[in-house]
Amino acid sequence: MSYTELYSDLVNQPGALLPIFHRIQERLGYVPEAALPEIAHQLNLSRAEVHGVMSFYHDFRSAPPGKTVVKICRAEACQAMGSDALIEHAEKCLGTPMHSTSEDGSVTLEPTYCLGNCALSPAVMINGELKGRVTPERFDALIAEVKGVAK
Amino acid sequence: MTRIFVPRDSAALSVGADHVAAAITREASQRGVTIELVRNGSRGMLWLETLVEVETSSGRVAYGPVHPEDVPSLFEANFLNGAHHTLSHGLTEQIPYLAKQERLTFARVGITDPLSLSDYLAHNGYKGLKNTLAMAPADVVQQVTDSGLRGRGGAAFPTGIKWKTVLGAQAAQKYIVCNADEGDSGTFADRMIMEDDPFVLIEGMTIAGVAVGATLGYIYLRSEYPYAFDVLNQAIAIAEKSNYLGENIQGSGKTFHLEVRLGAGAYICGEETALLESLEGKRGIVRFKPPIPALKGLFGLPTIVNNTISFASVPIIMDKGGEFYKNFGMGRSRGTLPFQLAGNLKQGGLVEKAFGLTLRELVEDFGGGSASGRPIRAVQVGGPLGSYVPPEQFDTPLDYESYVGISAMVGHGGIVAFDDTVDMAKMARYAMEFCAIESCGKCTPCRVGSTRGVEVVDKIIANDNRAANIELLRSLCDTMLNGSLCAMGGMAPYPVLSALNHFPEDFGMNNKELAA
Repeated sequence: MSYTELYSDLVNQPGALLPIFHRIQERLGYVPEAALPEIAHQLNLSRAEVHGVMSFYHDFRSAPPGKTVVKICRAEACQAMGSDALIEHAEKCLGTPMHSTSEDGSVTLEPTYCLGNCALSPAVMINGELKGRVTPERFDALIAEVKGVAK
Repeated sequence: MTRIFVPRDSAALSVGADHVAAAITREASQRGVTIELVRNGSRGMLWLETLVEVETSSGRVAYGPVHPEDVPSLFEANFLNGAHHTLSHGLTEQIPYLAKQERLTFARVGITDPLSLSDYLAHNGYKGLKNTLAMAPADVVQQVTDSGLRGRGGAAFPTGIKWKTVLGAQAAQKYIVCNADEGDSGTFADRMIMEDDPFVLIEGMTIAGVAVGATLGYIYLRSEYPYAFDVLNQAIAIAEKSNYLGENIQGSGKTFHLEVRLGAGAYICGEETALLESLEGKRGIVRFKPPIPALKGLFGLPTIVNNTISFASVPIIMDKGGEFYKNFGMGRSRGTLPFQLAGNLKQGGLVEKAFGLTLRELVEDFGGGSASGRPIRAVQVGGPLGSYVPPEQFDTPLDYESYVGISAMVGHGGIVAFDDTVDMAKMARYAMEFCAIESCGKCTPCRVGSTRGVEVVDKIIANDNRAANIELLRSLCDTMLNGSLCAMGGMAPYPVLSALNHFPEDFGMNNKELAA
C-alpha cells in the first residue's frame, strides 16, 4: 500500500515533515512504519532523519490507539487539585496503566503536560474534547458516556 | 430580541457550555421566545463557567456557574430581563474580579464573538494596523520600543529591540513567527487570546510584518489546543477574505500571509530555536546562539519570534501609542500582564493587571484563597521552571526585576497555588522528572542532570545518606543552572532549589541542618 496520496499536497510545503505526520495520523490514527521510507524519498531526506523526527515528538504513534483516547494532565496545576489520585483511579477503572492501550483495544490512556485548562483542574482530554474539574466520579460518567456512544 | 451570551472558550466547553447553550435554545423555543444566542469568548472568570450573560438596557447581566438543569429556572425567574436568580451576579462589568482589572490586551475578550470581524472592528479592532500603514517602518518599531513591551513568553527581552534588528537585516525573505507553544503548566492566556480574540493576534503579527518587511508569518501552535487551531484557521480565512491578510492589504501595497502550524507535544519547542527547528520539519533540538533568530532564524533568514501575548499587545500600542502603554506598570516592567490563576484556588481565571501588584493580591483578593479551604502553602509562579514562592514572599511586587531579586521569575504569568497538603519534595522530584521527559537531549547538564536529579531526590526522600545527597543535589543544580544550553536545563533547578530552601522539612531536614 502507498501512503503518498494521503499527503501529496503537502510535499512542497517548506518544513513539510510535521504536517505530513499529522495528516497521516489524522487519517489512520497512527503513522505506520512502512510510511517512513516513502516520506523520506518524497522529501529527499534520509530514513534516519524521518525516523528521528517521528520518534522525537510525543504525539506521533507507531501503532493504532484504542477506540477512545484518554489523556490526563499530570502538570502542576492539576496535581494541586488531585490529578495523581485521578490517574490512579483511571488506571484501575480502565484496566490499563498509563502509556498503554487496554487489551480489548477500547481505550488508550496517556499522560499529557498541560491542556491549558489550569483554572478548572484536573483536566482531561477524551477523544480530543477538553473536560474540566474532573473528579473520579465525573471521570466515570464521562467514560460511560463515550462508551455508550461507541456502542 | 434579547441577546444571550454563552462562551465558546474551551474552558467553558470543558464544563458543559455547549449543553447550556443547547438547553437555552430549547427552552426558549418551547416558551415561544425569540432570542439571539451569541457564542462569545470567556470573561476569564473561569470558576463561574458556564457564565451566561443577558444583554439589558443597563448592561450585560451575569449568571453562573450555569448547568443545563438550571436553565428552566432561569427562564422562570425572568433572566431575559436581567432579573434576580440564585446564580446571578448583577452587571458583569461590576463584578469586582473584572472591575479591578486593567484590560488592554484582553480588552475585547469575553465581550465579542471571536469570529465576528464586524464585532472586532466595532471594538477598536484594526485601528493599530491602520496607523501602522500610515507610518514609516522605523517609526512603528520606535513606538513598540517606546511602549517598553518585553517578551511575554517569559524571557522578557525588549520586543522593540528584536524588531529593530530584523528591520535592519537585509534579506530577500523575512519571517514573523508566533510562539504559541504555551506549554507551561498554569498558563492559558495564549489559548484564550487565540480562541476568544484571534483577530488581535492576526493584527499584531500583520503589524510586525509590515514594520520589518516580512511577508510571511507562522503561528506555531501546540497540538494540545485543537479548539484554538480551529478558531485561528477560521479567523485567518475571514481576514483573507476581507483583505486584512494577503496581497495589497487594505490597498496599502503591503503583503502578509499567515499560516498555522501544529506542534506535536514537545515542551522544548516553546524554546525559540527549537521551535524554529520544528517549523523546519526537524526534531525540536535547541540551536546554539549566536546567531540570533533575528538575523538567522527560520530557514536561516531574519525572523521575529515573539510570544502570542507580545503580538496581541501590539495592536493597542499602535492604536493608542507607546506612551499610553508605558504608563502602566513599574520599574522596567511596563504595561500589563495577563496573570493566570490556577491550581488550588477558589476563583481561578485570568487577571490582566499592570505589573507591580503582589502575589497576595492575586491569590487572596482575586483568587479568594484555596479551593480546598485549607491554607495556601506554596505558589509556583512562571510555569514548571519557575520557583515555588512561600507565603512570606507573597508581598514582593510582581515585576520582572523584583522577582529575579528573590530568585524567582514572573515568566508567562502563570500562578499555580498549592494548599498545605502538598509535599514539596515530591514537587521537586516532579520538576526534575519533567525536565528528563522533555529535555531535547542536546546538552549534557540538562539531559543527564535531570535524570540524576530524580535519582538524588529519591534518595533524599528515602533518607539514604540524606545530608550528602542534599549537597549533591545542590551541586547538580549548580551545574544545570550554569552549564545548560537553554532555559529548560538552566531553570529546572529553580523549582527544585526553592522547594529545598523554603520547605526543608519536606526533605526530612530541620532548619539547623539546612544552615549547616
